[in-house]
Amino acid sequence: MKIVVTVKHVPDTNAEKVLDPQTKRLNRSAVENVLNPFDEYAIEEALRLRDASPDTTRVTIASIAPRSGLEILRKALAMGADDAVLLSDDAIAGSDTMATAYLLALLLRHIGCDLVLSGTQSTDALNGIVPAALAELLGVPCLTFAKKLMVEGNSVEIQRETEDGYARVRAPMPALVSVTKGINEPRYPTLKGIMGAKKKEIRTLSLTDIGADPTRVGAAGSKTVVESFAAAGARAKGTVITATDPREGARRIFDFLIERKAL
Amino acid sequence: MNFDLTSEQQAIAKLCREFAEGEIAPHAAEWDARAEFPLATIRKMGELGLLGLPFPEKYGGAGADTVSYALAVMEIGRADASVGITMAAHVSLGSQPFFQFGTEEQKQRFLVPAARGEQLWAFGLTEPQAGSDAGATRTTAILRDGRWIINGSKCFITNAGTPMTGGVTITAVTGRSSDGKAEISNIIVPQDTPGYRRSEPYKKMGWRASDTRELSFDGAEVPEENLLGRRGKGFRQFLEILDGGRISVGALSVGLAQACYDAASRYAKERYQFGHPIASFQAVQFQLVDMAVEIELARTAVLKAAWLKDQGRDFATAAAMAKLFSGEVSRRAANAAVQIHGGYGFMDEYPVSRYWRDCKINEIGEGTNEIQRMVIARQLGLTGEHGS
Ligand SMILES: Cc1cc2nc3c(=O)[nH]c(=O)nc-3n(C[C@H](O)[C@H](O)[C@H](O)COP(=O)(O)OP(=O)(O)OC[C@H]3O[C@@H](n4cnc5c(N)ncnc54)[C@H](O)[C@@H]3O)c2cc1C
Ligand SMILES: Cc1cc2nc3c(=O)[nH]c(=O)nc-3n(C[C@H](O)[C@H](O)[C@H](O)COP(=O)(O)OP(=O)(O)OC[C@H]3O[C@@H](n4cnc5c(N)ncnc54)[C@H](O)[C@@H]3O)c2cc1C
Repeated sequence: MKIVVTVKHVPDTNAEKVLDPQTKRLNRSAVENVLNPFDEYAIEEALRLRDASPDTTRVTIASIAPRSGLEILRKALAMGADDAVLLSDDAIAGSDTMATAYLLALLLRHIGCDLVLSGTQSTDALNGIVPAALAELLGVPCLTFAKKLMVEGNSVEIQRETEDGYARVRAPMPALVSVTKGINEPRYPTLKGIMGAKKKEIRTLSLTDIGADPTRVGAAGSKTVVESFAAAGARAKGTVITATDPREGARRIFDFLIERKAL
Repeated sequence: MNFDLTSEQQAIAKLCREFAEGEIAPHAAEWDARAEFPLATIRKMGELGLLGLPFPEKYGGAGADTVSYALAVMEIGRADASVGITMAAHVSLGSQPFFQFGTEEQKQRFLVPAARGEQLWAFGLTEPQAGSDAGATRTTAILRDGRWIINGSKCFITNAGTPMTGGVTITAVTGRSSDGKAEISNIIVPQDTPGYRRSEPYKKMGWRASDTRELSFDGAEVPEENLLGRRGKGFRQFLEILDGGRISVGALSVGLAQACYDAASRYAKERYQFGHPIASFQAVQFQLVDMAVEIELARTAVLKAAWLKDQGRDFATAAAMAKLFSGEVSRRAANAAVQIHGGYGFMDEYPVSRYWRDCKINEIGEGTNEIQRMVIARQLGLTGEHGS
């Protein structure tokens, strides 16, 4: 089985994100870029499937990113993935979600796969659309928000997280699954993994390599346009609960949390 | 000259930082308070390959270089000096002798489990009567019927008694030359050797979560093949090991000094007095600036010594200088960090109080400041007698 994990390189989640007022894009060179934290769960899940049947399973990491994205691919390889491909081309800058999904679909067709694993969202643009769009363009079933994943023969089954529990969903492969944070605890890369990563292959492909239509990518090929942006308003003041009876106070805090579905 | 780290060196430092922030820093205060050896965490470090970082893959290591190792110890030591010394003593003092002086068979038997992190190994040089004068060894090992019979004691030995300790390599007097001079050799003593016992851990001011014990050998017997390296070269060999060990103690000091700076600069920006954050007062700024400058220089000195070692060049003077300077920097940084915290810095709730207790050993262990200065004086050719 060939598993491909799609990963995005995003600005460090702790870093302050700066938007370029000219291009209306995130300034990615100003901050350290990291592996989209949501994608680490997808990598971990893929590695667990591979570790369960190492002779027959292969994990490939795929990303669309500038050349600096090589760093995050190396981290994924250090965690244990078998190889990686990077689609990198200056013409891709400014691509929107659909253009990204279009390119990913071509890329995955080019390298071939039985199971695609992705995160549920990126931490920078947070659209949460790429997985569904990608599955649609590949013409494969799309299983989203997996909090558990099992492969049996030629089909994949997930527990799909819902508000009040989970649904069991099954589909024949090839298929795409997006995984949630709760599914596992991603491993640290090991020292051997880091040292071994340089011996693993990272293929770098361009638009022509995958036969992409240049009019469908980049800012020009994107139908959505970021018109303007503004800073979010200051957060609303917190609620102060005052009660003379501590039990009454606790009760009201409890109700408050229940109301907001925090408990 | 090139000060850039390679992508592997960066990745290793980053892994160590993530691991230290995620798995070590949150527990450091508690381990310190309870003087608890963090066994589960050390085992995890072994699984990640941190306990065999600079050894070749064929001996169970990760095959990384000394620069990476120094960066790793800095990051771990920044979160917890006790965990840092556990790692540094195991790698540089416990395991390195097998790599540097062991036969192929000894490497397979002792280095492989050590580098894989399955076992911790200790380095037994210091004795009650042989501290700075480390060649004044009194412990004896007599070869009889193909076995070494060991009698004597060692003190202040790191990692000697943890549940995952594999054993200790010691210096022992194995004979006398015709002019009566002691012949010192290195002998490997596995943990389960009959007649070899460890005391309870010492109660310490700092490095409280690290394991330090007194060892006693009462007719302890090991086979003849447990001789490490050449007979009679044991003291020389251990001095060579200490040359490399200084790089890791230097790195540990830099990590601790960095932790002091991080805590002090954060606090100085948050603490208001006279209507202003105390960081706005020049007297506080200058303390922070001095810390930052010294840490930068100490880090550079440690990494340079590590780099020289990686290039196969003579690194002994650079390592002694780096160890001496970093140790003093860590003590000054800890002192300033407590000063900037005022009375709060004197309270156990604040990590700087632990840093203050942890820093002092950096000026004592693996050769005191005075011994470093003597070593450097000799290397600079100032002493006449030994020349250089
Ligand atoms: C400030 C800002 C605003 C934007 N606004 C819009 C907008 O309004 N409309 C629009 O269409 N685009 C917009 N974009 C562009 C968009 O972010 C990128 O094209 C991006 O790839 C789209 O997906 P996402 O980041 O939301 O990913 P999501 O859909 O949130 O990501 C989910 C999963 O898809 C996979 N994935 C996503 N991107 C990649 C990649 N490059 N390579 C490999 N796998 C990937 C990962 O597995 C990830 O976990 C904006 C970008 C920025 C910085
Ligand atoms: C927590 C801890 C862990 C340790 N771990 C290990 C270990 O794993 N393995 C190991 O073998 N040892 C270990 N040691 C021992 C350590 O290396 C010694 O404590 C150190 O070398 C100093 O020896 P000493 O304590 O006997 O001090 P002494 O040698 O008695 O020194 C006392 C003072 O006299 C000064 N002095 C001594 N001689 C001279 C001189 N000629 N000129 C000027 N000043 C001098 C010293 O600098 C010092 O200030 C450890 C010690 C500690 C505290």
